[in-house]
Amino acid sequence: MIPSRLPQERIKTVADNLPKPEELSQIDLSMPDTGWMDTPAIFRKGIYCHAARARDIEALGMPNPRDWRVEDDDWKLPHNWQDVIMDGLRERLEKFRSLRIFMDTCVRCGACADKCHFFIGSGDPKNMPVLRAELLRSVYRHNFTRAGKIMGKMVGARGLSETVLKEWWYYFFQCTECRRCSLFCPYGIDTAEITIIARELLNLLGLNIDWISSPVAKCHHVGNHIGMEPQAMKESIDFLCNDIEEITGIEIKPSFNRKGAEILFVTSSGDYYSEPGIFTCMGYLMLFHQLGLDYTWSTYAAEGGNFGYFTSHEAAKLLNAKIYAEAKRLGVKYILGGECGHMWRVLNQYMDTMNGPPDFLETPVSPVTGTRFENATSTKAVHICEFTADLIKKTKLKFDTKRNDHIKLTYHDSCNVARGMGMLEEPRYIIKKVCNNFYEMPEETIRERTFCCGSGAGLHAGEDMELRMRGGFARANAVRHVRDKHGVNMLACICAIDRAAFPTLMEYWAPEVGVTGIHELLANAMIMDGQKERTQDIRGEDLPNLEPEDKGANNV
Amino acid sequence: MPTVEFEGNTYNVDEDGFIDDFTNWNEDWMRHVKTTEGIEELTDEHYKVVKVLQEYYKKNGIAPMVRILSKVTGYKLKYIYELYPSGPGKGACKMAGLPKPTGCV
Repeated sequence: MIPSRLPQERIKTVADNLPKPEELSQIDLSMPDTGWMDTPAIFRKGIYCHAARARDIEALGMPNPRDWRVEDDDWKLPHNWQDVIMDGLRERLEKFRSLRIFMDTCVRCGACADKCHFFIGSGDPKNMPVLRAELLRSVYRHNFTRAGKIMGKMVGARGLSETVLKEWWYYFFQCTECRRCSLFCPYGIDTAEITIIARELLNLLGLNIDWISSPVAKCHHVGNHIGMEPQAMKESIDFLCNDIEEITGIEIKPSFNRKGAEILFVTSSGDYYSEPGIFTCMGYLMLFHQLGLDYTWSTYAAEGGNFGYFTSHEAAKLLNAKIYAEAKRLGVKYILGGECGHMWRVLNQYMDTMNGPPDFLETPVSPVTGTRFENATSTKAVHICEFTADLIKKTKLKFDTKRNDHIKLTYHDSCNVARGMGMLEEPRYIIKKVCNNFYEMPEETIRERTFCCGSGAGLHAGEDMELRMRGGFARANAVRHVRDKHGVNMLACICAIDRAAFPTLMEYWAPEVGVTGIHELLANAMIMDGQKERTQDIRGEDLPNLEPEDKGANNV
Repeated sequence: MPTVEFEGNTYNVDEDGFIDDFTNWNEDWMRHVKTTEGIEELTDEHYKVVKVLQEYYKKNGIAPMVRILSKVTGYKLKYIYELYPSGPGKGACKMAGLPKPTGCV
């Protein structure tokens, strides 16, 4: 039996110099002696990620591919780099009216300042969303406004120097684009969009990070972040099916790249590669089998998570297009998407104008309940939590909730699904039907106001572990609260980055809390036709205090 | 790109000390990683893990899912951590000359 939580050593090895939680939680909130423009960005190891590599930039046909190191003075910029940035900014100001508004309207009210998890966890003033935006805004003012051109620093304008560019890089890769700050801005300024533009500008000079550019390149060329080839993907999913058979006695044979299937299922590669995501994946497989769903996996559209979105609009479009190209090629009716975060942000907010409308698909209709998902009319992609909540509402599934009784659960609203697409109720609805012990974290840390895991937008690398622990502090602190108050021992989420990031974050700030996806919980409780007596959960761990047979099973 | 000099070999490595190209791997590299990982002695079990990883990688271009590694070697994850204190990804894959996986992992 494989333990679901990795040993403590993992933290030590991923970040040798990571301070202890007691030290890290002593957050220095004092302001520097000098004004922000005169306070240089000091690059600290543990806060930033490795530089993108030439081969990945080249694979994507993006500008200035070369190997470079963050620690070097020379970042190997093209000689006309300032023109590249200015032309790029001008083009984007013309293209995105939102950007111009965000550049012009901030009144420095400070409502956003203490809403950012990175500011809360680091105390670094440049992690206040207002100041993060100001890093770009100051250059905008200097070059694109009359007042800035004439009065310079007096009106908060500054020219673009190499120091400024490096400061951009350091701080725009300390934002997870979670949008919590935007919720509190009286003008609705979305700092995430400012970060998106800033990263896009940096990418014009080949200044990405390795943890983003490598997955984007592999996703583009192989089909998923991790570069898993088709036969390995099939083998991995078949392996999970074998585990399911051992636990339930039920043989599952999913199909791949099957033309004529009704539904194309797409989720993050983390779900079929690493723990604890694989248990959620087993949940999908079990659910689809129980329903007799006519669906297929794809080895071409083998990735939900869109790291292109952390790179540029073009890269996001490129990866998003693969899902729709495959849906068209296979002739499916619509797309069903798994518990993935950033995939949904792109699907829900961008797909329509990026690659849409997908007229060759149909508005999703549940083949089990007949429910028509009108909300997915434009994208033809339905979220699995909507799909499953509907099944439960129409009493199409039966549960033995006792199988989850050893779990005391709390739920993290994954940013891109909660704030990005407004899905707040469906996950909770499922949880409450399959799990008897559910405790919400404090209300200012959930739903729209959810705190980021601290590792989103491509920042869950190993080398920036201190940043991740600082950024995840606010979320982990809320988990710790319900752990201490209610004995919570499991954290559910519906994003693969969450599932990859939380185990380490919990070990660090809130030990003894495990991490799960909603469809793992569902599969634990679901009564399947033809199943053998269940003695194990889908992690292969013995179920405690279970009565023989499924006496007292709840028919929902 | 950083390089590592070890017993007359020069290896190109990435920022985390993973060998840059699998084809440059040789057995000397294992002894180098043994030192950096703080492994006392290379046993048959270490070699078995490395062999399984490499065979899978050659076929599939990626390290196997940890569960597959566990099943094929017959070693429980806990034991793999005993062999490789940094774990299967950071320790065993590094010794086998495989690149580290990136993405939602």
